[in-house]
Amino acid sequence: MNIDAIQNGIVIDHIAAGRGKTMYDLLKLDELDCSVALLRNVFSAKYGRKDIIKIDRELDVNLDAIGFISPEATIVIIKDGEIIEKKNLELPAELVDVIRCHNPRCISQTEQELPQIFRLSNPEKREYRCLYCEVKAKI
Amino acid sequence: MRSIIDVLDLSVEELGELISTAQDIIADPAKYSEVCRGKKLATLFFEPSTRTRLSFEAAMYELGGNVLGFSEANSSSAAKGESVADTAKTVSCYADIIAMRHPKEGAAYVASRAASVPVINAGDGGHCHPTQTLADLLTIYREKGTFENLTLGLCGDLKFGRTVHSLINAMARYAGLELVLISPEELKVPSYVKQKLKDERIPYEQTTDLEAVMPKLDILYMTRVQRERFFNEEDYLRLKDSYILTPDKLANARKDLVIMHPLPRVNEISVAVDDDPRACYFKQVLNGKYMRMALILKLLREAGKIQ
Repeated sequence: MNIDAIQNGIVIDHIAAGRGKTMYDLLKLDELDCSVALLRNVFSAKYGRKDIIKIDRELDVNLDAIGFISPEATIVIIKDGEIIEKKNLELPAELVDVIRCHNPRCISQTEQELPQIFRLSNPEKREYRCLYCEVKAKI
Repeated sequence: MRSIIDVLDLSVEELGELISTAQDIIADPAKYSEVCRGKKLATLFFEPSTRTRLSFEAAMYELGGNVLGFSEANSSSAAKGESVADTAKTVSCYADIIAMRHPKEGAAYVASRAASVPVINAGDGGHCHPTQTLADLLTIYREKGTFENLTLGLCGDLKFGRTVHSLINAMARYAGLELVLISPEELKVPSYVKQKLKDERIPYEQTTDLEAVMPKLDILYMTRVQRERFFNEEDYLRLKDSYILTPDKLANARKDLVIMHPLPRVNEISVAVDDDPRACYFKQVLNGKYMRMALILKLLREAGKIQ
């Protein structure tokens, strides 16, 4: 399967297999008017399988959102057909307005203009909890 | 500005200080009767809680202060759609300290970030109720003289009961704690609580049989098994009577057992137990007022509002 190389844009590589679609949704890539490719279950020598997202446009992506969904992911920035930067990610300590609290009893469901904030509570388990109600985040 | 949202916002040393202050208040209430003269406590109760609100109000009056506030959301600006943050900012202009009860989890934290005076969480949904735990801790200390090397039995709804989780968190900081978790299968403590106990190497035993474990308990903390927690009526009817404490079930209990309950009680402790000298649940209510007095004093002092 071939996807054209991009000239100016971003490749999010080494996404944990199966998480590409979630990342696509969280980054709201469906709202872009440029070419966006989501490749799932691509062979990876390192991980066995991986997902990849290619965005054919220069774009500021939310690194916290990517790190939250798949901290193994790497960001490759391409300009004029050349790789000009590679970024490795880590689990962000805090997520602001990346995901919403799913607890219907949480104050963040009703309070006006309250940012949705989650803090990394257990790095080993990649567990985040809502700053307000402390309920565990769900992807 | 220091606020108290969770009992764990207080260090073990600070808890010790609060208990010392509460005991001093008990020994010499006159010494404290004017310390908050001219200060105002706002009791912002977005849902009714007669016991907690009256306890806070009694605490402030006994410190010589005044109280203003509301006892349900309908009589506040919340009914007009005002945010918790705006209410907290507004009330900060009128009061020196706020005690807030709200049905939404995390509401007290949001208020504390907006307020310019200390906020005490008087219960935020199923999340935290730190002053109930302070009442529990003073009761344990006054009855047992220590927090160490105690076997604490928790009985009833251990799944949803915030008072239970909060008491476990608070007691887990003291050496020699052993827990006996007595509940129907449907209402066992959540896995994250058990994980915490394992991580902190706190020995615990889970059982459905209250009478079998009764002889080993130093403290029995009863909670209500609520009908609405069950998926079907049959299970509720099968289990509800297992966890009603009666004089018969206390036959094998220790002579110095401490029986506690956060109240309100419905039927989970027989009225016949009330006359047993080991029944401490009404003492808990009184201890709650003393600990609220100690906490109000501490926060007002830290805020520089009293000497």
